[in-house]
Amino acid sequence: MGSQGGFYQSKEFLDLVKSIGEARSKAEEDRIVLGEIDTLKRRISEPDIPKRKMKEYIIRLVYVEMLGHDASFGYIHAVKMTHDDSLLVKRTGYLAVTLFLNEDHDLIILIVNTIQKDLKSDNYLVVCAALNAVCKLINEETIPAVLPQVVELLAHPKEAVRKKAIMALHRFYQKSPSSVSHLVSNFRKRLCDNDPGVMGATLCPLFDLITIDVNSYKDLVISFVSILKQVAERRLPKAYDYHQMPAPFIQIKLLKILALLGSGDKQASENMYTVVGDIFRKCDSSSNIGNAVLYECICCVSSIYPNPKLLESAADAISRFLKSDSHNLRYMGIDALGRLIKISPEIAEQHQLAVIDCLEDPDDTLKRKTFELLYKMTKSTNVEVIVDRMIDYTISINDNHYKTEIASRCVELAEQFAPSNQWFIQTMNKVFEHAGDLVNIKVAHNLMRLIAEGFGEDDDTADSQLRSSAVDSYLHILGEPKLPSVFLQVICWVLGEYGTADGKYSASFITGKLCDVAEAYSNDETVKAYAVTALMKIYAFEIAAGRKVDMLPECQSLMEEFLASHSTDLQQRAYELQAVIGLDAHAVESIMPSDASCEDIEVDKALSFLNGYIQDSIEKGAQPYIPESERSGMLNISKFRNQDHHEASSHGLRFEAYELPKQTVQSRIPPASLASTELVPVPEPMYVSESYPTTTVSSASSDAGSTELKLRLDGVQKKWGRQTHSPATSTSSTTSQKTVNGITQVDGSNTSNSRTRETYESRKQQVEITPEKQKLAASLFGGSSKTEKKPATGHKISKSSSYMVEKSHVPKSSMEIASEKKAPIQQPPDLLDFGEPTVQSNAPSVDPFKELEGLLEPTTEVAAAKNHSSTAAATKSPDIMGLYTETPAGIHNKDDGDILSGLSNPPGTHMLGGTTRTQVAQSSKGPNLKDSLQKDALVRQMGVTPSSPNPILFKDLLG
Amino acid sequence: MGIRFILMVNKQGQTRLAQYYEWLTLEERRALEGEIVRKCLARNEQQCSFVEHRNYKIVYRRYASLFFLVGVDNEENELAILEFIHLLVETMDRHFGNVCELDIMFHLEKAHFMLEEMVMNGSVVETSKANILSPIQLMEKAS
Repeated sequence: MGSQGGFYQSKEFLDLVKSIGEARSKAEEDRIVLGEIDTLKRRISEPDIPKRKMKEYIIRLVYVEMLGHDASFGYIHAVKMTHDDSLLVKRTGYLAVTLFLNEDHDLIILIVNTIQKDLKSDNYLVVCAALNAVCKLINEETIPAVLPQVVELLAHPKEAVRKKAIMALHRFYQKSPSSVSHLVSNFRKRLCDNDPGVMGATLCPLFDLITIDVNSYKDLVISFVSILKQVAERRLPKAYDYHQMPAPFIQIKLLKILALLGSGDKQASENMYTVVGDIFRKCDSSSNIGNAVLYECICCVSSIYPNPKLLESAADAISRFLKSDSHNLRYMGIDALGRLIKISPEIAEQHQLAVIDCLEDPDDTLKRKTFELLYKMTKSTNVEVIVDRMIDYTISINDNHYKTEIASRCVELAEQFAPSNQWFIQTMNKVFEHAGDLVNIKVAHNLMRLIAEGFGEDDDTADSQLRSSAVDSYLHILGEPKLPSVFLQVICWVLGEYGTADGKYSASFITGKLCDVAEAYSNDETVKAYAVTALMKIYAFEIAAGRKVDMLPECQSLMEEFLASHSTDLQQRAYELQAVIGLDAHAVESIMPSDASCEDIEVDKALSFLNGYIQDSIEKGAQPYIPESERSGMLNISKFRNQDHHEASSHGLRFEAYELPKQTVQSRIPPASLASTELVPVPEPMYVSESYPTTTVSSASSDAGSTELKLRLDGVQKKWGRQTHSPATSTSSTTSQKTVNGITQVDGSNTSNSRTRETYESRKQQVEITPEKQKLAASLFGGSSKTEKKPATGHKISKSSSYMVEKSHVPKSSMEIASEKKAPIQQPPDLLDFGEPTVQSNAPSVDPFKELEGLLEPTTEVAAAKNHSSTAAATKSPDIMGLYTETPAGIHNKDDGDILSGLSNPPGTHMLGGTTRTQVAQSSKGPNLKDSLQKDALVRQMGVTPSSPNPILFKDLLG
Repeated sequence: MGIRFILMVNKQGQTRLAQYYEWLTLEERRALEGEIVRKCLARNEQQCSFVEHRNYKIVYRRYASLFFLVGVDNEENELAILEFIHLLVETMDRHFGNVCELDIMFHLEKAHFMLEEMVMNGSVVETSKANILSPIQLMEKAS
């Protein structure tokens, strides 16, 4: 059993481990651990426990916590152990403390002293142990207690100490950037440390710093490039090699940093091209680690300023990943593809079948990654296929976290790219039905708005068809047992508004359904409220149409219940319903005009419609109204009810609510959007549609040319376009405040038709693949190439133009795609749009061998051609790593070589060199049955008898 | 932050080593470990070695009876983490000689010491086996 020295273990401990190892169930394990807790509680506080024994107790405590039980009774003993003189015991104490305590634990204060003392120790291993603890236990308040010492240790002669000191400083930076802001220059300094381990560690804090503030570190580009170059050229000690790759973990970290520094910076990027190209060529694509570095190169290439040669190499690497049998590599390939298509959208097409294979793979991880890719490449031509797939997938899983994520992605895509309203509504129905409680309530409001507005413009029949089909589908869906609350709200609203509109269903049928809903979901007050108001609308429409209203008995009993409801909201709605039913047809019609949810309601605050009546009364000798504030001799008490706050200030307390903040007239509407939209605030998002004020502005009909209709976006996402959030407060300067009747209003331009779009055009297809796959591939990838090539020039301009303009015309143009399929299409500019006009995306036209030739050209030439300065810079750059080469292999154990020489294995005997791990492991070690038997025998000697169920415990991990 | 936790769990779902780089309470750990292990153990050899779980990505690798699971955040290079696991196992193998589950159980603190050398603040800081093992060997010798 390996090396035992010093790590003394008693039979008791071995028995414990054995019994835990042999436990067959969680219950059995729990029983063992509970017994152990009892034992430890008794033993650990006995006086004069030998420290070896104590160390063992502490490790047993670690076991107790690791297996999920509370060991807090022993924390104090772990803390005490950190005081010990023996290094091993001390370090075990520190380890236990870092495992047990979080940085805010009360006991930490007892350790800070010990840490301070240990940081000053002559034994560098003690210092290292203390620094480990610093990284885990020091919080913002205690940083100052150790900071000076940590900074001092940055110059410690031992590289191990410098490395850990750097990481401690990194930790302080993570915890409280301001506490070490004056010290960040140390990271730059340590980048040039002559120990590669210290340099490698320094990359961690630098990565964080650069992530936050790229511009301050641009000067380091040359250094990073130079380091990377030297690493790739194997100038680091052999000990850093892993599976014949030179220091791959350092390479990866450097590539990550370069990706940050080169992002959007042409000059910085040009310095990187050569070295990244070199690494592309040097990477061994047959080993995992080689592919890990390759993947990082792709990430880097797709982040920095584009370079055609590198993009080609990246695309090649991606093809190799995607063609691999290994799921891991395909996963990396899909991820890499998602990054690269941002720059070269056309490469997706050549991998369409691989992508579809991944999408259809039973492996969930791969599937999700592929959905992520599809999400990135969605556009109006493939949105239907992609969203349908996503919804199917949502239905199939029950992981709520991911369900929420994918559902909101569906909604986002549907809002951005929906080809028709009909499709949008159907899609939303599916999303609501299957993930309704997980999506944002605004989505529901958008849907109601859309149904209410319909297609506007010119096509009333299409509108009513849409509504009828919505009503049909909802009546059908209501049969399902358990529906999400949000979806039920939408259903109730639509049924109330349009349930009887086309005459297909009788009022009693619809009201019956609504009563069923209210009864079935009797613990959901919001749904009940929606249902009651829907009932009121149905009855009001009936009365207005001159038909006799017979309230169903179940409806009557429901109303009786609601009239006495504890919810005042429900009560009020029920009373309103009662009142409406008692009115005559004429009154009802003006209270509840049918299909008027989109119309503006002007609230006449001055009650000017009463002017005539007042005039009459005054003429008849009535007293004119005196505003309360002007009245004299009023009792003070009356002021408590005063609506006017101007005078109330003389009295101490005010009992009435503060007045609402005055809405200021703003001109913050972006000029570009002024043309089509004007914004009116939506005061109350939840129930806006549910109460009808008694005055309505008549007939601002929602048909053709109604340009004065306002688009109301209360921070709501714009549909059909890029998400744009409109400023929420801005009013027109008229005195009468407009309130909203419908959910929100849309302007005339945001309209469309129901003409079904020709989705799947004929396009070039590859042979010998199943037709379904071809079809899917075509619908995902090929869709755009034909139609979207046309607008070449005009489109380009809009793409390069400012974002503002882009946003403003999006709502319109994306609708046009649906409606004017034959005309040149002005597509909303889309980075991910594969069908971009200029690029001929047919991959086969390029000779792959030519591409390969291109790859093999010396990359320096490329870089030089691109930029004269890059090569010059490379040669000028300081040879920071040159130091390493002087002591090629031995630098790290030069100092302690004499101590170690006796016990360290001769380097190389265990170096598992080969390409694939398992083979090599076997070949270098051979079958290890003998070892297992030896271990077995040893353990038996100690009295631990492995029983039959788990000889596996002895199995070599690498075997 | 990169690495959020490292777990070693056997086929029966019993935890053999747990190291967290962000603080979770005992209950949270127990729940998390249960969920993750259930997810990973249900997968077969051909499937990806990566699993998404809540906000984590779990990279896992199986050696004989023991699963090594590393929770990382989204920006991490999964393949590199997979190889990091292998490096860890190789390092333990060099130290224990044909390392097995029981070695880790009997020498839990040593396994932790190796991890302490390799990972700090959730980042991989040392990948040279000699550098990782030398403090442990020195400590053994001293005591």
